[in-house]
Amino acid sequence: MTTLSIAVSAKDHMQGDHSAECTLVEYGDYQCPSCGRAYPIVKRVQKHFGKRLLFVFRNFPLSQLHPWAETAAETAEFAGANGKYWEMHDALFENQERFSETFFSELVGELGLSASGLETALERETYRAHVKADFSGGVRSGVNGTPTFFINGQRHNGPYDFEFLSQAIERGLGAHVLNGE
Amino acid sequence: MANILPAGTAAPDFSLHVTPDQKLSLSELRGKPVILAFYPADWSPVCGDQMALYNEVLPEFHKYGAELIGVSVDGVWCHAAFAKDRHLHFPLAADFEPKGQVAKAYGAYREEDGVTERALFVIDRNGTIAWSYCSPIAVNPGADGILEALENLPK
Repeated sequence: MTTLSIAVSAKDHMQGDHSAECTLVEYGDYQCPSCGRAYPIVKRVQKHFGKRLLFVFRNFPLSQLHPWAETAAETAEFAGANGKYWEMHDALFENQERFSETFFSELVGELGLSASGLETALERETYRAHVKADFSGGVRSGVNGTPTFFINGQRHNGPYDFEFLSQAIERGLGAHVLNGE
Repeated sequence: MANILPAGTAAPDFSLHVTPDQKLSLSELRGKPVILAFYPADWSPVCGDQMALYNEVLPEFHKYGAELIGVSVDGVWCHAAFAKDRHLHFPLAADFEPKGQVAKAYGAYREEDGVTERALFVIDRNGTIAWSYCSPIAVNPGADGILEALENLPK
């Protein structure tokens, strides 16, 4: 019940080496304060494991709790379609308290992308299906809140401070070696 | 952990307040699949909250024609404030007086704590429990088990 049901694929936003020994998937919500707290921890974990870790982020907007979560997710997807996914991802998590339509279009401008392009994409719900697919896949995999992490496809049930998360990843790396992959 | 009623058991009927002046009976929902989600208390931390998650997944439950009812021992006014704060779009039933009576009937009451277990029941159109699951009290069980159970119901 707690296994990643949608395999990591080219459709995903990935950071790191595709042949890395360990994959960390986060289901997150850009407006979720807990995800905001997890953001620098994930950065630290990525730095710590370097090439041995592939990081994937998928959308899990809790729109009823966080009114900007869906728009933020679609804004990130818009940036992704224009080659600036991670820049937008980082900018969103670093500015959670500033969310508004004006702010999203400012961010897009700062990344050298078209603000009117974003407006059109949001209006036409160009990226809504992608965000929904992430969400549904997450639900099916047992995502039970945000953030939820999967390490090599298994849900990480413990806390997500640096120590716990990196220990769990170490175990993931250990299992990899044992399997002789 | 409690021994909750297993699949194949007739779901005990109940009638509980869902608002200060309105009661909901399980039998009223006969003909539709029903998801009963017992949870320990309103106001657990926001982002990992089980009811908030189900609220988001509600459209997927509705695809199966299913109705979701959250049940805890909190009173109606507490439920009302909680539902308003979290924008919940499904009823919360108050298993308040006699306290935990419905949870007890489902084998989902924690005597030592005076709250319900985190227990899930999917009840079929005929009022029979099709699937049940009791999660460790601190673990939000997510919605995947419910969706799988709904999918496995006879069409």
